[in-house]
Amino acid sequence: MTATKKPESPAVAPEPWQAQNLGGIWRSYVAKVRGGDVGALPAVLGLLVLVIVFSILRPDTFTSELNFANLINQSAAVTVIAMGLVFVLLLGEIDLSAGFTGGTAAAVMGVVMTNHDQGWFISVLACIATGVVIGTCIGLLVARLGIPSFVVTLAAYLGLQGVMLEIIGEGGTIPFENESIRAITDKNLPVWLGWTLAAALVLGYAAVTYLRNARRRRAGLQHEPTLLWAIKTGSLAVIAVLFVGYLSRERSLNPAFKSLKGVPNSMVVILGLLLVLSFLLGRSAWGRHVYAVGGNAEAARRAGINVMWVKLSCFILCSSVAAIGGLLLAARNHSVSPQTGGNETLLYAVGAAVIGGTSLFGGKGRVVDAVIGGTVVAVIANGMGLLNQEPGVVYIVTGLVLLVAASVDAISRRRAAASGRA
Amino acid sequence: MTATASERAAAPSSGEPLLRLRGIQKSFGAVHVLRGIDLDVKAGEVTALVGDNGAGKSTLIKGIAGIHSFDEGEYVFDGRPVTVHNPKDASGLGIEVVYQDLALCDNLDVVHNMFLGRELRHRGLLDEDAMEKRARETLNGLSVRTLQSVRTKVASLSGGQRQTVAIARSVLWNSRLVILDEPTAALGVAQTEQVLLLVRRLADSGLGVILISHNLNDVFQVADDIAVLYLGQMVAQVRKDDVTSNQVVQLITTGSTGAEGASA
Repeated sequence: MTATKKPESPAVAPEPWQAQNLGGIWRSYVAKVRGGDVGALPAVLGLLVLVIVFSILRPDTFTSELNFANLINQSAAVTVIAMGLVFVLLLGEIDLSAGFTGGTAAAVMGVVMTNHDQGWFISVLACIATGVVIGTCIGLLVARLGIPSFVVTLAAYLGLQGVMLEIIGEGGTIPFENESIRAITDKNLPVWLGWTLAAALVLGYAAVTYLRNARRRRAGLQHEPTLLWAIKTGSLAVIAVLFVGYLSRERSLNPAFKSLKGVPNSMVVILGLLLVLSFLLGRSAWGRHVYAVGGNAEAARRAGINVMWVKLSCFILCSSVAAIGGLLLAARNHSVSPQTGGNETLLYAVGAAVIGGTSLFGGKGRVVDAVIGGTVVAVIANGMGLLNQEPGVVYIVTGLVLLVAASVDAISRRRAAASGRA
Repeated sequence: MTATASERAAAPSSGEPLLRLRGIQKSFGAVHVLRGIDLDVKAGEVTALVGDNGAGKSTLIKGIAGIHSFDEGEYVFDGRPVTVHNPKDASGLGIEVVYQDLALCDNLDVVHNMFLGRELRHRGLLDEDAMEKRARETLNGLSVRTLQSVRTKVASLSGGQRQTVAIARSVLWNSRLVILDEPTAALGVAQTEQVLLLVRRLADSGLGVILISHNLNDVFQVADDIAVLYLGQMVAQVRKDDVTSNQVVQLITTGSTGAEGASA
């Protein structure tokens, strides 16, 4: 190995992937995937296959603008809950109660808003505060007492169902009359604002990554080849244009009566959370500690990391984000019932995170995995519905997809262990 | 790092020892593990700590590192009597321990592992550039030539490379005394050689080094001083050149030999 190094960097040989041409970038990416570092690749491929299959089977309904926007609103709650779950999964823990945490938080919000006539701001605050309280309880039991999170959150799963029944009353519902809350899933951004946000997103990404690369190149540190940067930025721009373009078309069944176009508001919530949470996980010391605790808790402890606080904070974050997920569920249904956040919500959310590439073994995963996985889950549910399949078939297919995702995780771990990429 | 290290090396190793322990006692309940240990570790030297299983080596280094405190005895660091109650006190003095199981996170890369728990920040955010730069400088300063990239995940490193990362981490923070717990235990011949070279380089750059090892070949290759523990007592601390391998084996197994007078 020593023979390959260059004189200007005596200790560290130049990066093998620092290829400046297309072939080199492709080869290094293939090597990475072969080594078991598949990332979100299986999910993206699966998504493409699903979209193609459903587009062929239901060309007029599945690909319609209306269904596309519908899909986003359908998947929003599951995706958001999955984003919170990523943090808990990164620790190698699980939160089975995230769905009902969302439901309970939404119920509290409903009570504050409907029974106590508070505005949307106070209500949303109460919703998130409920999530923080639930997360703190779960986190303390797991991190402090050392009870396995599976048991604690299973207990919370049962207990919170009871709490919801007590709050709402058996068989009852709390209607959501507040327009501001309902607008999250019912209304869309004005077309111009959708384009502005998309442009800001793409330009922001391009500028931040370009400046970072330039700085690292000047400092003689490892950096992304400019070509790779261009490919990434270009892809992002193409996706953004297609996305916003398609959503900006008229999708109302009766445009003369009511026009319906623009990026759904729930999309903004998802993107906002994605940015904030990714930033927290990737750029803060706390985020680094989350990965460390998930990778080797003992090493983290010896390195002086407060493992208990890291665990506690991850559970608090997960439950708070789940509360926002519950808010989205309630906003979409215009009400809270004892079933809000129940049924398949939690399992879809865990499935979304895992399908996207977050490892159940801890230490590996990103927030964006939840968004990709959440889209896969939503496309299955939506497409199967359009095919008029029975709910039983939808569950079976979703279960199989989750199984495939978990297998990909396990197999890639084995490959990673063999090639040492883990 | 290299600059300060060579300044430290200027201090002659014949002077005041960097670490001086006198009459250290430690019991766990009824078990009297350490019975009046004396130990001197000089800057710029490798002091090998040898002894059979259960002789008290681990208890001794855990006490030095502050994982548990000694019951009795004098703990003098750099000429000043100090009290070390927890690992923070020890790292505050510049004492770093490289444990046998290395305590690295497989899912993080070399830079992240070296700065684990002590990340450099810039306006509250991780300062990746500065960390990568310093990690490289430290590795270069130790003349480490076996790492392909500081951004490789630790999982993909060989045993010797992992040991190198763990050792490099311990010298990243103006450390004065590095304690290595069986650094060559799981390594092949070539890797053992590399790690021993690295251990020697640490001492040559002016740090005090305590090397725990069962392998007397390693000990005789790099150590300047050999301290032998036998059933919780320090039966000898001798210069390497004053003893033979056989005498050390005798000290380890029986606690006495004709050469014992050399420890005086």
